[in-house]
Amino acid sequence: MKIFLSNQGNLRNFSAFAKSLDLSQPDKLEISAHDKWVTVHPANLVLVAALAIKAGKENSEIVGRIPETGRYLDRMGLYDLVKTPSPFIYNKKEEAGRFVPVQIIKTQEDQSRFIADMIPLLHLSEKNARVVKYVIGELVRNVLEHAFAKDGAIVAAQYYKKTNRVSIGICDTGIGIWKSLRECWHPKTDIEAIRLALTPGITGTTRREGGTAENAGAGLFFIKSLAKITRNYFAIYSGNSEYTLLKHKKRIKGMPRLYADPTRDSHNETDNAPSFRGTLVAVDISLDENREFNDLLYKIGEIYDKAIRERKRVKYKEPRFI
Amino acid sequence: MKKTIIIRKIAGDFAENKDIAKKVRIEEIIPSLLKGDEVVLDFGGVNGATQSFIHALVSDPIRELKDTAFDNLVYKNANDDIREIISIVYRYMQESLGNNE
Repeated sequence: MKIFLSNQGNLRNFSAFAKSLDLSQPDKLEISAHDKWVTVHPANLVLVAALAIKAGKENSEIVGRIPETGRYLDRMGLYDLVKTPSPFIYNKKEEAGRFVPVQIIKTQEDQSRFIADMIPLLHLSEKNARVVKYVIGELVRNVLEHAFAKDGAIVAAQYYKKTNRVSIGICDTGIGIWKSLRECWHPKTDIEAIRLALTPGITGTTRREGGTAENAGAGLFFIKSLAKITRNYFAIYSGNSEYTLLKHKKRIKGMPRLYADPTRDSHNETDNAPSFRGTLVAVDISLDENREFNDLLYKIGEIYDKAIRERKRVKYKEPRFI
Repeated sequence: MKKTIIIRKIAGDFAENKDIAKKVRIEEIIPSLLKGDEVVLDFGGVNGATQSFIHALVSDPIRELKDTAFDNLVYKNANDDIREIISIVYRYMQESLGNNE
């Protein structure tokens, strides 16, 4: 496998990043970077980390010239997962920032500990921390419950003070979305599986409306909607397909309209990305002290109800008119 | 009879552990509701909860016990976020009642 970390590693460009991956020879990983400047979103980072863990430390390396900005890769823990020693010398204590380096979460207990211990590293207000806890709680639990990933969930996050935004990436090398939904929903392709996974009320555990006692099929829809309402990007990559929710334009006033059908959102999607055995979910969330989280939840919940109502209506018997 | 469950004690200040929710549902909520007891879920000291947690806690009692659950499940000290999540779960569970395959 060969991965190039460019100088444009943000979520807007995630689709290009996914397409650029060389995932052949999965037992060996070679990571290179732009020689002058490297920018890495947690999405890119957790994907690289997950593949490095899968290939094994001895079979993973960072090659070529790494620019000074590559120090970020060290701070985020990538050098701990590869055999290449870090070329960067600095006092890690002085480097305290608002980020959560790559973490591996394998159990629910790990998850609860992670949320309690790591979120304070982002130095957020209690109100904003709740949003981030919510997102991480839902996404990691999805991995633990549905991915059957031996290596667990690989998580990283970064807070950008200037834009007051938190970027989160969560990746696993488990069964992927298509396999997870196959039994109940029979998606034909990876992109169809991704669309289903983003539709409110669709869970891999049942076709029953309202879900099972443990699953409602709401998690990914809620997170994508949070990204949309806060006018940010959201990306999901599994198998050979990738979907990126595009940023809702600032010039369009008012709260962005939410849709149950993910294809109605402004987005990019591809079904010819290199085949990735696992799932990556990444999201940017803008934090706004003036906006109440429960208002956002209310809006999202409304669409969830509507989706159920519409699916119910489809199942109603129609009168026979002659 | 009234049964009070202190959520903070079992799930901490951010309720996201679905395994705990499931355990409480099976071992405490459903048996108490079946006995005709009122169940008070006290969210005092809990700052937030995920939809998954609340779903795992109360969706099954709503589906299986319907009015018994609506009448006897009571939520105390829930902040606005938690109230909203509980309301969402109530709404979509009622939307889905009576329509399953």
